[in-house]
Amino acid sequence: MTDASIGGAAAPRKKSSIHELDARTRKRNASEARFKAFGLGAILIGLFFLVTLAVSIVRSGLPAFTETVVDVEFTLSQAQFDEAESTLFKTAAYSDLFIADLRGTLEERGMQVAFDEAAIERLLGKVGGTLREFYRANPEQLGQPVAFQLPASSRVDGYFNGRVTRETLEDTRFLQGSDLDLVDALHEAGVIRQDFNWTFLTGADSGVDNPGGAGIGASVVGSFFMMLVVLVLALPIGVAASIYLEEFAPQNKFTDLIEVNISNLAAVPSIVFGILGLAVFIQFMHLPQSAPLVGGLVLTLMTLPTIIISTRAALKAVPPSIRDAALGVGASKMQAVFHHVLPLAMPGILTGTIIGLAQALGETAPLLLIGMVGFVARGYPEGFLGGFTEPNSAMPAQIYTWAARADASFYEKAWGGIIVLLVFLLLMNVIAIILRRKFERRW
Amino acid sequence: MDANFAKENEPMYDAPLGKNDVDAKDTKIAAKDVQVYYGDTHAIKDVSVDLLDKTVTAFIGPSGCGKSTFLRCLNRMNDTIDICRVEGLIELDGEDIYDKRVDPVQLRAKVGMVFQKPNPFPKSIYDNVAYGPKIHGLAKNKAELDEIVEKALRRGAIWDEVKDRLDAPGTGLSGGQQQRLCIARAVATEPEVLLMDEPCSALDPIATAQVEELIDELRASYSVVIVTHSMQQAARVSQKTAFFHLGNLVEYGETSQIFTNPVDPRTESYITGRIG
Ligand SMILES: Nc1ncnc2c1ncn2[C@@H]1O[C@H](COP(=O)(O)OP(=O)(O)OP(=O)(O)O)[C@@H](O)[C@H]1O
Ligand SMILES: [Mg+2]
Repeated sequence: MTDASIGGAAAPRKKSSIHELDARTRKRNASEARFKAFGLGAILIGLFFLVTLAVSIVRSGLPAFTETVVDVEFTLSQAQFDEAESTLFKTAAYSDLFIADLRGTLEERGMQVAFDEAAIERLLGKVGGTLREFYRANPEQLGQPVAFQLPASSRVDGYFNGRVTRETLEDTRFLQGSDLDLVDALHEAGVIRQDFNWTFLTGADSGVDNPGGAGIGASVVGSFFMMLVVLVLALPIGVAASIYLEEFAPQNKFTDLIEVNISNLAAVPSIVFGILGLAVFIQFMHLPQSAPLVGGLVLTLMTLPTIIISTRAALKAVPPSIRDAALGVGASKMQAVFHHVLPLAMPGILTGTIIGLAQALGETAPLLLIGMVGFVARGYPEGFLGGFTEPNSAMPAQIYTWAARADASFYEKAWGGIIVLLVFLLLMNVIAIILRRKFERRW
Repeated sequence: MDANFAKENEPMYDAPLGKNDVDAKDTKIAAKDVQVYYGDTHAIKDVSVDLLDKTVTAFIGPSGCGKSTFLRCLNRMNDTIDICRVEGLIELDGEDIYDKRVDPVQLRAKVGMVFQKPNPFPKSIYDNVAYGPKIHGLAKNKAELDEIVEKALRRGAIWDEVKDRLDAPGTGLSGGQQQRLCIARAVATEPEVLLMDEPCSALDPIATAQVEELIDELRASYSVVIVTHSMQQAARVSQKTAFFHLGNLVEYGETSQIFTNPVDPRTESYITGRIG
């Protein structure tokens, strides 16, 4: 076309209609359509995986939020108590008493099921121990009827949740076919029922043999204190560092080096930060092991690069004309930054910070290295300061610990823990969106 | 509006000035042998010029000749560019502005600037204008600040358009209104010199006329330097004109003389449209 006009000797231009597409246009349109199809396909695949993930998490995790409990009213007289305490196998004595009582209850309701002590142990665990502990702690309850809610074993739980069926059940020392008859009978009698498992939300980690008593509450508290440390340290340090680097630092080899290294830090595997934390904070500085304070420090190191990078991007995105405008009316550099640049960069900074926090909230590997493993979370810390220094775990480490345990019921807890973790992450994202809306200037 | 304006400023005229006439005036800014480098690029070469008080000086010249660069030297806005290096002497009222003792912030309060692209703060119209007086402590209370803002907006020839919506965002105004808002913002801090880098490049003829009128008013109290690509504008508003070419100040003199009887052949070919 251009050649023709330059060449002068103009080959006459072919007449073309805009009503029919020429070959080039058709090719271009086809490639555009192909690209759109690819894009749509990619999104659909992504959605498919997302939905699959969500469904499987919810399906596997929901049972963790229910528990199977056995309601029994039980009375122990002073005489029985004294007698049981004087025997050699004290808890066994309590078990016997309990079984006798349970038999009575069932017979009263006209039900005839044969069971023995072993079956009760398979169903309810060591009942005798629980009872003995209770009466030794509350001797004033002797002689009065006490309503016990005893958590059923994980297999029974599984039976109600459909994880264990008669078909798949093999007689083991954990559960036998005949036990299910007993469970059914108890269920019919209204003695055994399913309940919302508050323990799972409020409790702490339990022993390996007691999945029913395991809860994520303590590690939620651990995570909370860690996030507090991260927020209090990483946000001001990160934002101050970014402002300095972006607005004040001279452009030279040294700042270039810092810049490159910050980007590199963002790519360092988290386990490296964990081992660094172990060496520096625990072995060198002698901070308490397994403490959320140390976990928070390690996660701060990890989160800083994320916050710095996103804050610098947010600062960079503020048009230079705003800085010129502020300097032009005689504002100092600091006034220009704090009065004009920072407010405009705020949404970006907040988004980056919350993404960093969310990342830190889900981090497991470094915590395992500094001893914040799941089984440490045996109870709640005492007081606010204790929250930082007392040994605790965090949600993801707790989930990891549960997932590694043999009992299938713990596996369920792990999925439940993931649901709780995801709820917290969603919550943080919602906060991020709300904050962004609040700070965003739509003018 | 304009009548208003004249009335308000009349006492400030120290001599009845017609357009383009020149009186003997004090030198406000004196530049001697100024060199500016961007890294290795020599952007301003040996520029010496005396800018007069209460005078509008126009900088003209082809694109890339260094008009903006030189303008930005006068209030040290070039400090914000890392690779920029300024040599030579620039004096404001006889004081070296590149002296170690000078805080550029204080200097910029005296030498205000209006940028080529309107750049209001993303804040309300009121806050845009009030910001400068606030940080310089020009107002003791809200009433005084209100007064300053109104006066500045009137001088920016935009008061009537925005007086009912001072809380509206400054960025929501039209391009021309934004530029006038920026001018109001610049005059609100009561500078002694006002630097304007192509203030009308984004404006329609009506807004341009308003801004030109404003510049003419401002001349009464300030020394105004304006960069422009429009020969007509330079001829209309300025008393002195400086022609830059490839980083050199080729010719500096009375506007009337530059446009009617240029000494340098380069000036002549530029104003007659043969170069640039
Ligand atoms: N920030 C910078 N970094 C490097 N070189 C620059 C910078 N700003 C300007 N220059 C160079 O300095 C020279 C003068 O630029 P300047 O902006 O002063 O020109 P100008 O006369 O204002 O042009 P225009 O009329 O197009 O605005 C140009 O060659 C330009 O490339
Ligand atoms: Mg320019």
